[in-house]
Amino acid sequence: MNRIAVIGAGPAGLAAARSAAAAGADVCVIDAEPAPGGQYLRRDALAGARAHDPATALPPGVEHRPDTVVWAIEPVPGGHRLHLRTGPADDPGRTGATVDTRALVLATGAHDRALPFPGWDLPGVFTAGAAQALAKAQRLAVGERVLLAGTGPFLLPVARSLLDAGARITAVLEAGEPVTGWLRDPAGVLAGSGKLGELAGHLAALARHRVPYRPRTTVVAAHGRDAVEAATTVRLDRDWNPVPGTERRVEADAVCVGFGFTPQTELAVAAGCAMAEGFVRVDAAQATSVPGVFAAGELTGIGGAALSAAEGEVAGAAAARLVGRDPRPPLAALRRVRRGRRFAAALAAAHPVRPGWTTWLAEDTLVCRCEEVGAGELRAAARERAASAARPLKLVTRAGLGPCQGRVCGRNVAELLGDPRLADGFARRPIAAPVRLGELAAGNTADGTNTCAGPR
Amino acid sequence: MSERLTARIDGREVAVTPGETVAAVLLRQGRRSWRTTRGAGRPRGVFCGIGVCFDCLVVVNGVPDVRACRRRVAEGDDIRVQHGAELPR
Amino acid sequence: MPGSPDVVVVGAGVVGAACAEALSAAGRRVVVVDRGAPASGTTGAGEGNVLVSDKEPGPELRLAQVSRELWPDLLAGLREEIGPSAAEAEWDPKGGLVAALGDADAEALAAFAATQRDQGVRAEDITPRRARELEPHLTPRVSGAVLYPDDAQLQPVLAATALLAAVRARGGEVRAHTAALGVRRDRSGAVAALATSAGDIPCGAVVNACGPWSGAFAEAAGVALDIRPRRGVVLVTAPLPPGTVRRKVYDADYVGAVGSDDADLQTSTVVESTAAGTVLIGSSRERVGFDDTMRVHVLRAIARKAAALFPVLERVPVMRAYGGFRPYAPDHLPVIGPDPRLPGLWHATGHEGAGIGLAAGTARLLADLVTGADPVLDPAPFRVDRPALLAEATA
Repeated sequence: MNRIAVIGAGPAGLAAARSAAAAGADVCVIDAEPAPGGQYLRRDALAGARAHDPATALPPGVEHRPDTVVWAIEPVPGGHRLHLRTGPADDPGRTGATVDTRALVLATGAHDRALPFPGWDLPGVFTAGAAQALAKAQRLAVGERVLLAGTGPFLLPVARSLLDAGARITAVLEAGEPVTGWLRDPAGVLAGSGKLGELAGHLAALARHRVPYRPRTTVVAAHGRDAVEAATTVRLDRDWNPVPGTERRVEADAVCVGFGFTPQTELAVAAGCAMAEGFVRVDAAQATSVPGVFAAGELTGIGGAALSAAEGEVAGAAAARLVGRDPRPPLAALRRVRRGRRFAAALAAAHPVRPGWTTWLAEDTLVCRCEEVGAGELRAAARERAASAARPLKLVTRAGLGPCQGRVCGRNVAELLGDPRLADGFARRPIAAPVRLGELAAGNTADGTNTCAGPR
Repeated sequence: MSERLTARIDGREVAVTPGETVAAVLLRQGRRSWRTTRGAGRPRGVFCGIGVCFDCLVVVNGVPDVRACRRRVAEGDDIRVQHGAELPR
Repeated sequence: MPGSPDVVVVGAGVVGAACAEALSAAGRRVVVVDRGAPASGTTGAGEGNVLVSDKEPGPELRLAQVSRELWPDLLAGLREEIGPSAAEAEWDPKGGLVAALGDADAEALAAFAATQRDQGVRAEDITPRRARELEPHLTPRVSGAVLYPDDAQLQPVLAATALLAAVRARGGEVRAHTAALGVRRDRSGAVAALATSAGDIPCGAVVNACGPWSGAFAEAAGVALDIRPRRGVVLVTAPLPPGTVRRKVYDADYVGAVGSDDADLQTSTVVESTAAGTVLIGSSRERVGFDDTMRVHVLRAIARKAAALFPVLERVPVMRAYGGFRPYAPDHLPVIGPDPRLPGLWHATGHEGAGIGLAAGTARLLADLVTGADPVLDPAPFRVDRPALLAEATA
């Protein structure tokens, strides 16, 4: 019970594990990937046994449980119980275990948000994160003529990864204002963070490869029979309404889209953590509203890897204190968190998703890809049935009831129907990762309390 | 590093590098879609690439609804495309 | 709506929606209020059971039989009136199959079915072989089975919202996100208005259809009503091919759990496909107040029994679990009718896990009592002042 459990081994989870371990706490890191690093520090999965990588290394003594999903969390006296399955993804033969912990650090990250447009469900349309993961971990370029569209500075490292993997990028389309605006404000929120240099580096790489970077432009349609062959790009006004007459048809065999990020909050929600605008609410010590549960990284707001790591360090120290250790106050990390949050707030203000995107959709454009619910059908059902809360809305439209459980469509449905708060109801997924019925039936060890192995 | 695994995809043998995901193997073969939807039979392949969207489902060793982007190929895996909803073998 | 409504129905779940529909069909001016969205409570967490199979002879079975007869006509009428799209409720008279997995259960099931047949329930004893012809994925361990052709399924949210659409089409109103706070009485002590978070609604009558929250509303209105919540959880699989599960299929142990007073976890297996291809696996019954924490041992117990009934489900993904609160009275009978302690207050609640199925009959009975028509069935067993309820209220 005194062993700290950290869920997620991205920048936030790694930093939490390190700072808790540095304070002398027992730590167990649980992660769905085979190796630590998360989305940001994702490593080449084909390199075989590799040399020690300090960026993703865990300190000695920290237990690492790779290939492990936490599919449920429930309160137990004095803490929480995590229900795990370890083994090949979605395999019925995975091993079950439970971990009871007094101090839990949630560092489950975020995934790309995609906005729907006609043809977005054609094969060859990827999220930016998919393109990046395939490039970094699988040495695979998703296409020969790639259009990259979306908003925010995080599109640029994706472009960089694609170029490194050998893809040719036709253009990078920024729906909002250009990120070059950040460069013109060297004394602003990015001052001293190293981000300016990063940004400039990415832009220089684009220039070297003669990849145009077009602000106030996006992809509003993908064309093709069985896969993407071309896309329509268009100029956008301030609210992201297409500017008539600016449509251009562009040949493309891959379209990658990233319109910000959606935090993976199912465990936080299942644990009962208070939320604010879709993110987990935390105090200065990264404590959530639920005693014994801390959150760090993109779960608490989108701010990038450096902020995630700083929050992780703070959360790890706070968790260590909770289990009776006496960590040094993480003053430097706390400063980095404060600075990072200013950047995150500026980022959110500079690159919001504007309401005009809802005009990109045709009546038959799928909003829910799983259940194949079109925009027209969705609006009509919501109107006809006067569905004004998430549960009835899902049940009358079927949006969000398919295998992805609203992870892709939840926010889009909510905004399309004009009530962003509806998205909260799509985020409630007490079964946080799919399990086979037999896995659910089988349970774990006989006493159900197989905790993390290792010294207690 | 020179080590290779052997798996079958839709009955054909393929050589796979350890660490490759089912999705990467399929994409490398030039296949962009390998599933059809239950409703309209729409083609689907990789979309989110990190296990969130459930678009890239395949059947592995008789078990359907396996996310190709998350599943790493193991020696001897029998992988085939999934048509709509299927029952496990 | 010009002037005040005749009746305000509190609660826009399926029972409230059905009552509002029946009252508006009888010419009453109706307003429905709900503190949330329509069908967002117990109804939104229901499986959609319209069952006769699980009820032992007695008043609830009578209500179920009446309800089962009314539902198809009610839905056909809605289709006529508001059109097929707005009236769609995924009504499926698929029938139920109750399977026993041991000799003792098989005998008990056969004996139970015989008592139901005496009450006019269609219940056909079938051989294990026939059961597996009807349900090819059923376990070979089945030792006896009874087919109930009249068991049916509805999609609860579609049913409730269709009923409310008809109420609106007739000039009634549905006020969502409006909380009922109590009633105002006139000089005689009868209901004069419903007090809500959006002001008073003067009216001649108030129907308490608040499901598990009926006791709290009754108390706010000034009368005691012992209705409590029972938590129920349902698992949902990934979409499966059509025909995987064809009927509502139960383990024969279902019957025992419904009326039980055991506070501990009970699970009884109910497996069925939905129009969307998912398979619903229910369900549990737990008395945990309004605590909605999802408990893994509950999910596990449900999963175990379902896999025993349909072994093919073992390797099928579970996508979702959802839970809700079912309202029950101490004697496990619904409460339907006027409250003699407060003239103008009516109750339609306490249906436990059977509200979807019993809604049509409940609404008809309530409307008959309100309008003074000949009641569709004997209302006496459902009276709010029956001894079992009064004893609890004064205890």
